[in-house]
Amino acid sequence: MKSVRQTALDVQNGDASALSVLEESLANIRARNDELNVFLYVDEEGARTAANAIDERVARGENVGTLAGVPVALKDNLCQTNVPTTCSSKILEGWRAPYSATVVDRLLLAGAIPVGKTNLDEFAMGSSTENSAFGPTKNPLDTTRVPGGSSGGSAAAVAADMTPFALGSDTGGSIRQPAALCGLIGVKPTYGLVSRYGLIAFASSLDQIGPLTKTVTDAAMALEVIAGHDPLDSTSLPEPSPSLVAHVDDGVAGKRVGVVRDLIDGADDEVVAAVERAVGVLKEAGATIVELSVPEFRLGLSAYYLIAPAEASSNLARFDGVRYGLRVNADDVTAMMEATRTAGFGEEVKRRIMLGTYALSAGYYDAYYGQALKVRTLTIDAFRRAYQEVDLLLGATTPSVAFEFGSKTADPMAMYLSDVFTIPSNLSGEPAISIPFGTGEAGLPIGVQLLGPGRSEAQLFAGARVLEIADGRP
Amino acid sequence: MPRLRREDVAHVAKLARLTMSEAELDKFTEQLGQVLDHASDMNALDLEGVIPTAHPFGLINVVRDDERRPSLDHDVVIAMAPDAEDGRFAVPRILGEAP
Repeated sequence: MKSVRQTALDVQNGDASALSVLEESLANIRARNDELNVFLYVDEEGARTAANAIDERVARGENVGTLAGVPVALKDNLCQTNVPTTCSSKILEGWRAPYSATVVDRLLLAGAIPVGKTNLDEFAMGSSTENSAFGPTKNPLDTTRVPGGSSGGSAAAVAADMTPFALGSDTGGSIRQPAALCGLIGVKPTYGLVSRYGLIAFASSLDQIGPLTKTVTDAAMALEVIAGHDPLDSTSLPEPSPSLVAHVDDGVAGKRVGVVRDLIDGADDEVVAAVERAVGVLKEAGATIVELSVPEFRLGLSAYYLIAPAEASSNLARFDGVRYGLRVNADDVTAMMEATRTAGFGEEVKRRIMLGTYALSAGYYDAYYGQALKVRTLTIDAFRRAYQEVDLLLGATTPSVAFEFGSKTADPMAMYLSDVFTIPSNLSGEPAISIPFGTGEAGLPIGVQLLGPGRSEAQLFAGARVLEIADGRP
Repeated sequence: MPRLRREDVAHVAKLARLTMSEAELDKFTEQLGQVLDHASDMNALDLEGVIPTAHPFGLINVVRDDERRPSLDHDVVIAMAPDAEDGRFAVPRILGEAP
């Protein structure tokens, strides 16, 4: 499919109808969805109705919005009115959301066409989409490998040309890591820039919604639409949506870029080589390169795998068989809740709930959760010190290219370690972007990551654009 | 920190309202123990005096005027429930049998 930008232009100018664009998207979904297991639900009827409405408005000469007629895939932890929303969990199977997430309302207002809901690791807990109750998603670039996770379905939808862009959510890397493994741009915005209203919560102090796209400009366009203050999310930043597209070609001349050993060391040689090539490109484009060591980032993994499960154990307490979703009946209410949760949650979700409950339980709270919150402070302070010296940080997104199915499922700690480079930004609430930069083993894409201080998205997009051009995508 | 024991895992499962088979208890004791072992690298740090961070930008209470505004329709909400009676959520008995 064409890019987000080109599709919207074509529809706005009457060069293509929104319906014809949608039919192309639906045909691409039909062609490969059985094979790849990307969409859990395709809303053909709703999407056709929305596309027809756009075409009628174009015919009347109305302003149809910046994303007019662009099909979009939604990660299935985002609510859309009267559309099934499962979080890839049996506990929500069959549930239809009674309201839409703010991001979905904003996409519709901008003329985008939601076509369906994509697979994820159950409740966004995982790095491979192998934890879905509805089966794993396959990487469209190599079907023996994972697409990454937890937004693996959203990444696969874009990589397989089913939609020009998708939304995911990123709690510890769940947008950036699948973007890297599927050869896409993936953005984790500043915490609070995008409303979380209607995103089913995993870890509320870390979760953030963002776009997955094929181009930097497309990502900037999508983020402009979904960002901005929302009174329905009390953690939403007060500012309106920032201007991003206008700054995509600002370049990096005069910027100071910190190359962080702790976001590179331990990665496969081909990934390290890609980062080193990216350093050369940024230098060539006029940036000053500074080598930095930020050992606190390594500790982030330990803090994250206590904080995120602690918040999850609290957030997932609401799934008790009383108000919505699955119920497994039993003699009394406690037994009913226990039977429902035991049958409804998959193994990884149980593991995280157990870990979080333990970290918060009497006698262990200070030693684990309390300690993790202090390490979170150290991580934030380390970022602050780094940003006194430099404008941006550069590192790898993931330690390796897409891995094979089953290669990490037996060892949860091995799976968790694949998030080591993405976690620090979630702990600090600051933005980061993954950009495809070259290929490694078997021609699979490698992602490099740019990180910046809060609200520095425009600068990140400008840096990403420099790398995109150098990687042969002008 | 003391090593995570099987009885700790059983206790936590009860708190979290999850039923664990014997095999699951063994597996979770080992796997959760590994994660906690990894987290023990934090214990080597001197964190005395470090202020804990629960939220990236510090939460401030957000208030609005106390005015009525539309919310979800009652019937829509009740229709989602696995069981309902007279417009209310229905659940199995909460209290024990009468003596």
